[in-house]
Amino acid sequence: MQLESMYQEIILDHYKNPHGRGLREPFEAEVHHVNPTCGDEVTLRVHLGKDAAGDPVLSDVSYEGMGCSISQASVSAMYDLVIGKSVPQALETGDHFMTLMQAKGDPSVAEKLEDELEDAVAFAGVSKYPARIKCALMSWMALKDASARALSSAHPAAPTGGSTA
Amino acid sequence: MTQTASRPTGTRAPLPLDVEAIRADFPILSRTVRDGKRLVYLDSGATSQKPRQVLDAERWFYENINAAPHRGAHQLAEEATGAYEAARATIGAFIGAPENEIVFTRNSTEAINLVAYALSNAATAKEPEFRTYAVGQGDEIVVTEMEHHANLLPWQQLCERTGATLRWLGLTDDGRLDLSDLGTVVNERTKLVAVTQQSNILGTINPLGDIVARAREVGALVLVDGAQSVPHQPVDVTALGADFLVFSGHKMLGPTGVGVLWGRYDVLDKLPPFLTGGSMIEVVRMEASTFAAPPQRFEAGVPMTAQVIGLAAGVEYLLRLGMDTVEEHEKALTAYALEKLAEIPGVTVIGPPDTVARGGAVSFTVEGIHPHDVGQVLDDRGIAVRVGHHCAWPVVRRYGVPATTRATFYVHTGYDDIDALADGIRAAQKFFGTV
Repeated sequence: MQLESMYQEIILDHYKNPHGRGLREPFEAEVHHVNPTCGDEVTLRVHLGKDAAGDPVLSDVSYEGMGCSISQASVSAMYDLVIGKSVPQALETGDHFMTLMQAKGDPSVAEKLEDELEDAVAFAGVSKYPARIKCALMSWMALKDASARALSSAHPAAPTGGSTA
Repeated sequence: MTQTASRPTGTRAPLPLDVEAIRADFPILSRTVRDGKRLVYLDSGATSQKPRQVLDAERWFYENINAAPHRGAHQLAEEATGAYEAARATIGAFIGAPENEIVFTRNSTEAINLVAYALSNAATAKEPEFRTYAVGQGDEIVVTEMEHHANLLPWQQLCERTGATLRWLGLTDDGRLDLSDLGTVVNERTKLVAVTQQSNILGTINPLGDIVARAREVGALVLVDGAQSVPHQPVDVTALGADFLVFSGHKMLGPTGVGVLWGRYDVLDKLPPFLTGGSMIEVVRMEASTFAAPPQRFEAGVPMTAQVIGLAAGVEYLLRLGMDTVEEHEKALTAYALEKLAEIPGVTVIGPPDTVARGGAVSFTVEGIHPHDVGQVLDDRGIAVRVGHHCAWPVVRRYGVPATTRATFYVHTGYDDIDALADGIRAAQKFFGTV
């Protein structure tokens, strides 16, 4: 049975008990991303604060979405990873996650990224299933989009459309 | 004490087709998937598998008579032209149409686009007869909420290009067309009604007679999307009474890359071309050109000859089985599937709950498990189904679900495939802990 390699216990836990779910205020940017092949969607808000040095950090990432266990668990694991990080740090973590998704199930890639990705390294099994990679990446694409919009806008942005396709 | 062998539940009427014999014709059904599991292919609605006879016909063409038809005077060109046109006659006869009403396209999608573009090209055609069916401001195009994107977007786009208005018939809660406002939605302003004969997601078979009759009253053209009906039930264009019928070869045992537009000859004859270029012409001069008569007017460029010949072999295969028998076979499978799914708590069928005016596309949701995850568990067991919105996003939205899991049947499907599906759904429920 290959199923367990994809649906790690950690993934199912995040799916059943998502972290940080719900749309919260304040926020500087909100984006709505969809996966056009299956109709999954996520609405994601970013709220920027400042760290001790006065640089912007992700104070909150709030979201609502509907979709499969992989997409919903991915956004929950992402929430844990990025809160409190600067935008460049969070995007770098996103790059690591992208690397993991391109690993075609190679366990050595997952091993190397364990420290950077924490729980999210459990998604390594997803990279063996090309049809599901987009599910795992949707929230990261939304975060990248929302962060860029938040940084470039001093005012709360109107809800905007977007697509991860 | 007598031991009663536990019999599988469900009503297993004897199947009209010899499934084992038919499976032997499909080489792909002998392969295994996901670590040695038997392939249970329940995705024929997306694309059908191909029997050896179809593959042989394509190979025969390339090995023996490969040449561009309708060009050249050498022997191969003659033979290729002969085979291509014989295939057109075979495919035409399959739907009761003369060969000069059969236009080959890439698939149903392209066939629908051909008509939609011809209708907007008509507005600017220099030949007066080509303006007969021109669509413009004040005109209306009618579709239904049940359409595949292929029979929705070309009409949305036609309306955007021409300023015409798109209207549609809605759906009832049990997955049928709501015809209560047919008389107002289809009216004197309607230029064309585009409707599917069989829903690719709900399985519903639509009462085309009522729609065609209303369209006739107001002088509107009717285009029937037969992508999910022509492969699965007898279809006769005379009985249908429409002006256009489209279908795809790859969903009816044929190769990819070939579809069919059937059009009433007197209508086709008054349509300007969609694609222009080689072999659709009458006379070409640098200043301007004139076009060939249908069907050549709509077949620019070297056609998909091998695929057309392969599709004719697929049609002959279906004719040997008999389309009435194919339809009965799928009806028995559908009845069984609906019964098996109804036995599973948490499973809801999206679409008609019985086999009355219903084909073999069975869409369902499993409470607490997203269709992608259902599909993944099924795939792990060797079962291929379709998950998602099935290119009919408005339909899933109408029924308030993000997506569905869909099983579709064909001539090689047996009760064992449906048992595997039911077992797989229960396994998914167990895996995700919803029961």
